[in-house]
Amino acid sequence: MSITLARRRVIPGFGLTMGFTLLYMGLIFLVPVGAFLLYTTTMSWDTFWHAVTQRQVVASYKLSFGGSLIAATINLFFGALLAWVLVRYRFPGKRLIDALVDLPFALPTAVAGIALVTLYASTGWVGQYLELFGVRVAYTQLGVVVALTYIGLPFVVRTVQPVLEDLEAEWEEASASLGADRFTTIRRVIFPALFPALLTGYALAFARALGEYGSVVFISGNLPFRTEITPLLIVAKAEQYDYHGAAAIGTVMLVVAFAMLLVINGLQWWTSRRHG
Amino acid sequence: MNTSNQAASEVDRADTPTASDNDALAKRWRRATEEPAWLKVTLITVALAFVALFLVLPLSVVLFGAFERGIATWLEAIRDPDALSAIRLTLLIVAIVVPLNTLFGIAAAWAIAKFEFRGKPILISLIDMPFAISPVVVGLIFVILFGSQGWLGPWLAAHDLRIIFAVPGIVIVIAFGTLPFIARELIPLMQQQGKEEEEASLTLGASGFKTFWHVTLPNIKWGLIYGIILCNARAMGEFGAVAVVSGRIRGETNTVPLHIEVLYNEYMFTAAFAVSSLLTGLALVTIAIKSVVEWQDERRQRRAAA
Amino acid sequence: MSIEIDRVNKRFRDFVAVDDVSLTFREGELTALLGPSGSGKTTLLRIIAGLEQPDTGRIRFHGEDTTDLHVSKRGVGFVFQHYALFKHMTVFQNVAYGLTVRPRATRPTKDEIKQKVMRLLELVQLDWTAHRYPHQLSGGQRQRIALARALAVEPKVLLLDEPFGALDAKVRAELRRWLRRLHDDIHVTSVFVTHDQEEALEVSDRVVVMNKGRVEQDGSPEEVYDHPANPFVYRFLGNVNLFEARVHQGSAHIGGIALPAPEYADQRNEHGHAYVRPHEIEVFARQEHADALPAKVELVSVVGPAVRLELHTDASDALVHAELPKHRYRALGLSQGSDAWIRPLHSRVFLPDERVLNG
Repeated sequence: MSITLARRRVIPGFGLTMGFTLLYMGLIFLVPVGAFLLYTTTMSWDTFWHAVTQRQVVASYKLSFGGSLIAATINLFFGALLAWVLVRYRFPGKRLIDALVDLPFALPTAVAGIALVTLYASTGWVGQYLELFGVRVAYTQLGVVVALTYIGLPFVVRTVQPVLEDLEAEWEEASASLGADRFTTIRRVIFPALFPALLTGYALAFARALGEYGSVVFISGNLPFRTEITPLLIVAKAEQYDYHGAAAIGTVMLVVAFAMLLVINGLQWWTSRRHG
Repeated sequence: MNTSNQAASEVDRADTPTASDNDALAKRWRRATEEPAWLKVTLITVALAFVALFLVLPLSVVLFGAFERGIATWLEAIRDPDALSAIRLTLLIVAIVVPLNTLFGIAAAWAIAKFEFRGKPILISLIDMPFAISPVVVGLIFVILFGSQGWLGPWLAAHDLRIIFAVPGIVIVIAFGTLPFIARELIPLMQQQGKEEEEASLTLGASGFKTFWHVTLPNIKWGLIYGIILCNARAMGEFGAVAVVSGRIRGETNTVPLHIEVLYNEYMFTAAFAVSSLLTGLALVTIAIKSVVEWQDERRQRRAAA
Repeated sequence: MSIEIDRVNKRFRDFVAVDDVSLTFREGELTALLGPSGSGKTTLLRIIAGLEQPDTGRIRFHGEDTTDLHVSKRGVGFVFQHYALFKHMTVFQNVAYGLTVRPRATRPTKDEIKQKVMRLLELVQLDWTAHRYPHQLSGGQRQRIALARALAVEPKVLLLDEPFGALDAKVRAELRRWLRRLHDDIHVTSVFVTHDQEEALEVSDRVVVMNKGRVEQDGSPEEVYDHPANPFVYRFLGNVNLFEARVHQGSAHIGGIALPAPEYADQRNEHGHAYVRPHEIEVFARQEHADALPAKVELVSVVGPAVRLELHTDASDALVHAELPKHRYRALGLSQGSDAWIRPLHSRVFLPDERVLNG
């Protein structure tokens, strides 16, 4: 006499909250993204290929990918250093600095853009001194890297920080008690523990830099073939009603973004498996 | 009463820091987990220089630029009719987007944290997706769907509906861009809190809604507040996506960040910085609230450990 | 109010948590659900509460089917292992919660709630904590508040999930005696889950031993301890020695000795296992009895007033554990390495693959 019961959950609201979640996500972005990808498939392959391999477009890829890689690498080193200093050392103003790390996340990109160009222009607070050494930042590729470094700054810090906080002091003490000097302990014990988090932060900073627009357009000067990033090219094409061209490049960006999301998810899974 | 003192002393003992002992020791010898002092000082200096260059200076240049010519000039820039209309539009958009994303964040976090179902990791990744997409591409997606030359453009025109170069388009792209923020704040928080307190509330006879209101909401209060503030700041500051769909019609579809761009491109630097200072203030409030939330969280964890 | 569990099954994916369990808890009884982790005891408790839904089977309270009644309407008091006190509410607010969330029509007045909460806080001897927050209390105090909160709604049954699991040994022992006295006062039908056999035997009127989702034995603490129904229960309720035995016509032969096993009068030359508890092994320094086994003392450990011996004998693969009072050990004059004789005073013999099903 087995009576099968209808599946009912004890905590209420699953249907309501799940329904709203899926409906909202569907309306706001799943359906539009799907429709957008569908639109791209209506293009012929030749149109698409021509649009995404124009010389000006290829030059923008080089700048966007190259600049993002350099910026993410800078952030990898300084982000790790900053996380280390914030977790391990005590110094005045530490809490303030810790809070400030989130500024690029909270400050509108347009505001950051005009602030950076004002700083690095040849008359700016920083630019005028760099000028003495013959270094120009504003309206050069270096300017793009500066803006992308700024925008990616929080990511490495915020992924490494919690892992570093959870690191058991016992590990390091064990390493030291086994005869390792401090440098060896950092290299053999601490670094491997931080590695997945470092990589995740690096990937996040890179992904964010690739798509960035607001903080770059002011400082880059937007010279075709020289300081024009891919997102800017999309805006330009959309404004000229070249929807095919814009959609083709946009699809490339979208595919790269999905790939980065997969990589980041994989890395996060790896990190959490390592650290429970 | 005796027992009460006992309880209090239990708490005290757990909280008593041993920092002073550590300091005394550090003067005599270096702990196994410590670097030499010169190295510490060097690392702190380099880190602070990096922070000064990339965070403190940009912040200072905005505030300096805004108030360089005095408070009257600042006020004038804010009171400009175009600035006021940009502020009004931005507030209107935020008033639509933030409540919707708040509802979404709470609903998604409730479904994900309190229930087991297939495909949960996929759903969590999907919620993160808007964050990974370039804001410019977000704008482009809707231009291609709803623009005059887009897929639904002719149909919209025939029905006298305007989405692109109008307020609805701006609302949609901002909702898209800021969709993950509240959910991302709440999901880990609610997962970590588990469902025991909710179950306790239900066994005591409370309804689902009362359980949410009296038990869940107070527990996620600070995370929710931070999520809303962050979502609000990002919504007000959204630039790339809005730049694509707004058409920058002055007094009509110019949001605050677009207005800043217009002022900057017209060489009205002081006015640009003055309007920027509003959003900068908001950003500073946002990160201050984040600090408060984290501080509360630390305190709670310390309590739980005691 | 009695609780009737009728052929309840519950599985989580491939894991069978509760396997066709039927039980009845009588009115006013305090029952322990005892078993190792993963035995399904907590799942069964949560099914009774309505926090889990059984795949098949029915739950009845006093004959009334409550299987489909939502947990918030079922009228159970549930005490969680980690207390689940509401962190943001004071002790008073926690205890009052179940009354304040009632619909206006059935909600008591503020004064009534206050009186009732204070009465309950007095009952758990914590009235002075009313305005404190849970984090300001010790573990044992939190558990008592959790109990007061569960009692505030005047539950028909009280269910406790590992109520003392998170406490240290001393507080545990105090609190379980206190729970026993409290139950004698309020007399509400109660079920509590534990993996600690001592706790189950000391506190409850009745013990239900569970393993792998099934009920292994159901009886009074004395019954379960003195007459374990099967090898699992024997092993789970305290230490036990295992001897290889030949069962023949009502006797179990271990080495050169024979022990009575009247339940196997019809068996001939069957292989079986004899279970003997350490305190039921008599130890001699000389061969005083004909039916004693030769052994050698391998290890002596003094634990407070008792002495535990580990002895080697040819009749058992493993070392035999024996426990005796310190004065008896002194009188024997044994030490590590001495030769000794051991004699099981009482044993229970099980044949392989045998399941003795009681009740």
